[in-house]
Amino acid sequence: MIALEQYTTVSYKNKKIRKIKDKRKHKEALQAWMFIGVGFILFAVFMAYPLLKNIEMAFMDYSVNPNKPSTFIGLNNFKKAFLSSGVLGESDKFYLALRNTLLCALVTVPFQWFIGMMLAVAIESLSKGKMFYRFLLYIPVISDWLVVAILFKYIFQDTSGALVNSILLNLHIIKEPVMWLQNEWTANIVIWSLCIWKGIGWVMIMYTTALQDLPKDIYEAAEVDGATKKQSFWKITIPLLQSRTYFIITSLIIGAFNVLLQVMLITNGGPMGRTDVLLNYMYNKAFSSFDFGYAAALSVIMGIILIVISVFQKKITNNAKIEF
Amino acid sequence: MKSKLNQILKHLILLFMVILALLPFMNMITTSLIPNAYVLPSEPQIIPKQFYFGNYVAVWEGEDFGRYFLNSVFVTCITTVLTLIIASMSAYGFARLNFPGKNIIFNIYIYSLMIPAILALVSQFTVLQRLNLVNTYAGLIVLYVSGGVAGNTFFLKGFFETIPRALEESVIMDGGSRWTVYRHIILPLSRPALATMAIGTFSGTWMEVFTALTIIKTQSKRTLPIAIKLLQNGKATQWGIIFAASIIVLIPIMTIFILFNKQFINPGGSQGAIKG
Repeated sequence: MIALEQYTTVSYKNKKIRKIKDKRKHKEALQAWMFIGVGFILFAVFMAYPLLKNIEMAFMDYSVNPNKPSTFIGLNNFKKAFLSSGVLGESDKFYLALRNTLLCALVTVPFQWFIGMMLAVAIESLSKGKMFYRFLLYIPVISDWLVVAILFKYIFQDTSGALVNSILLNLHIIKEPVMWLQNEWTANIVIWSLCIWKGIGWVMIMYTTALQDLPKDIYEAAEVDGATKKQSFWKITIPLLQSRTYFIITSLIIGAFNVLLQVMLITNGGPMGRTDVLLNYMYNKAFSSFDFGYAAALSVIMGIILIVISVFQKKITNNAKIEF
Repeated sequence: MKSKLNQILKHLILLFMVILALLPFMNMITTSLIPNAYVLPSEPQIIPKQFYFGNYVAVWEGEDFGRYFLNSVFVTCITTVLTLIIASMSAYGFARLNFPGKNIIFNIYIYSLMIPAILALVSQFTVLQRLNLVNTYAGLIVLYVSGGVAGNTFFLKGFFETIPRALEESVIMDGGSRWTVYRHIILPLSRPALATMAIGTFSGTWMEVFTALTIIKTQSKRTLPIAIKLLQNGKATQWGIIFAASIIVLIPIMTIFILFNKQFINPGGSQGAIKG
């Protein structure tokens, strides 16, 4: 009997404590929403909802005309992209844009990464002028994509007086001016070189901050043990920078999928759509042909590719985390 | 001796890279200072030999860039201020308070960052249409601010978490509210991060093309990037004019970069660098 009484009072006390705790939790949640509320509503209405609506639109023959209803057409938009349908089908254009997007990532990411990293290491080892080089090499990064895309179109014009042709002619690398923007591969080279030229500075700064965070005592210990500078670079620096490297490479890949202005302003996909990339193809489908359903399907395909890349990167990074 | 040679060699390579990075800009500046650069000159112009400002006058007055410049200043400043307020409050909520669904919402924020913003543009347009906000600055600014919520919350949350909790616990003990903590401890201590974020938001908004192009229809409401894109469509071969306009767009960004270059290229925290 006594035991039972004790039991009930204890449970009563517990309940009271829980109630106070719940109240406190409740209050905290309310306060939290006062802080995050506005941002969350804006995000939900103007980012999340449009992205979700995109998914819905991908399964519809979406009509811009309010009097003509949109109809549900299942996977037709996706079939249009993936399955070939005759000579003038969209799927050829889709595969071309997909190929160019993947090629852009494949070509520009390693160059940006390697050159940027080497620059960061070289500048960090200088005794004088570190800030000078970082400052000047960062100028392309902060410049407007719109402006530098127009600028690259200009320096790659096909006359012999254009900057790039003129330099190559003077160095006797080419004998006559190259018509850069008229051919599939030379036009792609122009787009790639713009991406590389603009991205190097960003990689350099990302590695610079990582290098400055490295613990100095490990290098001292390595030196005491007789390691050469080269050895400590490959055996200490590179492994310690690994998680930063994954982050940089994923950002660069996502950046390559974001290529749009470059293509739109320099070639607009020409000649004959041979340099088109996914975003430009999608943008034109939406805002020139008003085929919103198909454009939405393309955006879903891209979204899936990017999320897969990011999840993959997160897995690798978590496995490769080195604590120091 | 050997290390000295090594240093000189490094300087040479780096100077070469600097030339590669800056040569196109030199070419652009010089071209903007030549009258009637319709036809490409027979040799690339790198060092200005004359200082003809006719192209700038033509762009500023003839093409109405003075007005577009003010439009851009207005939209960009409002966006930056609103983003600072909303993102810092939101980041404080995620950094210091617990509430149901916190991790889910935060993860959704992170994943949304991987998706190119332009993919949402079509549906964003339909949402604004329903709210009667198409062709208004309110609509444009709301899209800019909403687009920045996730990324900036993520960035500032990381910074707020490095601020020691002891400071604010004493305020709470003394009966201070969360708002006091946010306003008088977190904000003053995060000035460098807030500055980095403000600069990033300012330059990102200043240069944004596609949303502006889709939302703004009236000519007098155009922002600078739209004006340049349309100028490039219309006067594709008048390079002097186009580059004068381009340089007008670049000047504010370059000024910020020169004044605050440490925020860009020598950030104290490891994730401070601003990506263009």
